Amino acid sequence: MGIEILGLPMMYYIAMVAKVLVAFLFVLLTVAYATYAERKIIGHMQVRLGPMRTGWHGLLQPIADGLKLFFKEEIIPSQASTFAFLIAPVIALVPAFMTFAVIPFGGVIEVAGYKIPLQVASYIDVASGKVYDVNVGVLYILAMSSLGVYGIVLAGWASNSKYSLMGGLRASAQLISYELSAGLAIVSVFMLSQTLSLNEIVNQQSSFNGLGWYIFKQPLAAFLFFICSIAEINRTPFDLPEAETELVSGFCTEYSSMKYAMFFMAEYANMITVCALTTTLFLGGWNGPFATVFPLLGLVYFVAKVYFLIFFCMWIRATLPRYRYDQLMHLGWKVLLPISLVNIVVTGIIGYFIK
Amino acid sequence: MPLISDIKAIIAGFGVTLHHMLRRPVTIQYPEEKRVPYPRFRARIVLTRDPDGGERCVACYLCSAACPVDCISMQAAERDDGRRYAAWFRINFSRCIFCGLCAEACPTLAIQMTPDYEICKRDIMDLVYEKEDLLIDGCGKDNSYNFYHHAGIGVTQPRGAGLEERLPVDVRSLLP
Repeated sequence: MGIEILGLPMMYYIAMVAKVLVAFLFVLLTVAYATYAERKIIGHMQVRLGPMRTGWHGLLQPIADGLKLFFKEEIIPSQASTFAFLIAPVIALVPAFMTFAVIPFGGVIEVAGYKIPLQVASYIDVASGKVYDVNVGVLYILAMSSLGVYGIVLAGWASNSKYSLMGGLRASAQLISYELSAGLAIVSVFMLSQTLSLNEIVNQQSSFNGLGWYIFKQPLAAFLFFICSIAEINRTPFDLPEAETELVSGFCTEYSSMKYAMFFMAEYANMITVCALTTTLFLGGWNGPFATVFPLLGLVYFVAKVYFLIFFCMWIRATLPRYRYDQLMHLGWKVLLPISLVNIVVTGIIGYFIK
Repeated sequence: MPLISDIKAIIAGFGVTLHHMLRRPVTIQYPEEKRVPYPRFRARIVLTRDPDGGERCVACYLCSAACPVDCISMQAAERDDGRRYAAWFRINFSRCIFCGLCAEACPTLAIQMTPDYEICKRDIMDLVYEKEDLLIDGCGKDNSYNFYHHAGIGVTQPRGAGLEERLPVDVRSLLP
């Protein structure tokens, strides 16, 4: 590979395209089969079977659902603001997929003599063997996940329907109240890691044969972050923006066909991102026993951890009922925020005396 | 402290859902897998025959009168020897609620409920069953009972000589 473009070898670009494709397909397939898994798991938790008809044990259900949504009639309400109505699902969907760019999903693998770090937005310096990635990775993720809510608010506003508007309002209020605590929970991780680069954070958790995870050092922060993230992505028990019993279908009441599917995909892609981020920050990312020796094992560990957290999200959904709106605000502002603030102070004091 | 009991309750809830996930689902995959109904299951109604092969129905209209949705209709007729029978007998299964009151009302055990619950037709008019559709060859549940051995046409014995019939009470005796 003698050809160089902008001072980087050709292999860099090929590997980059391959990584983007792999990450994108991983998220897309997981999104499709997360819907299936959710129906199946919740079905079994309610002593039912879940989808069984399309394919063996309903395995083709996501494909059938996708086809159905493709061929459904596209309805745009006559009172709606058409441009905003059309652009809203895209705004919800794109950031959900973009967040995956900075998450490291494996160690450094070697293909045809060229070292490839398994993280989309990263570059390995061949001379020093050091991996450079986005040094504000976590901030990027926080920014992207907040951007997704614009899609929801816009959808609620553009639909020109009272249910949609209520859903959009609730989504924004919920995001503001819970992103604070989620951000503060991450701050306590930064106080330990001293860096914002996700690659560095994963490397620092590799002690004790890959079990030096931050969840052991910061259990409260992990707990807070996971709860707040679930609230941020509007999943049960915090699914007030699309509370079926109160708001028909919340912000996506007026949506149909592929645009509705895009909101759905955004919701599940967000769930995957949040689970991947929790894995990266608290469960050691791709770290695990022997992950440094066999880099592909790291990929397996990462996927296994993410899938476990996705299962946990579904388990929560099958178990807990939805919060009332005032309870949601009470929990966010009066319980989780003070706890995360205290957690930061305690981390600071202990860190000062131990270091 | 309510906080600790609340946390305990939430953890118990998670335990319940996990436990239920590992249980065998109660769903029955219907066309492939069928439930076996109990013998007294109330589904499709039939008209039975007595052990000698004759129709049991005497067209007394009691079933039709008992029916809360009026789905049974018939026309009574009389043979030359005075034996009554139904000239036509019709049950509209699109109205029937399978309550079983007709079977309870029947004095001759002619009308009976069977466990055959798969009554489903493409055309709603196919749900109207005529006498030929309803009449079966067997005796149904009570396979030794014959109404005319106990009462009605053909009973020629003196009082007290019929099947399962007691002698008339001697009103002049003091003994019970």
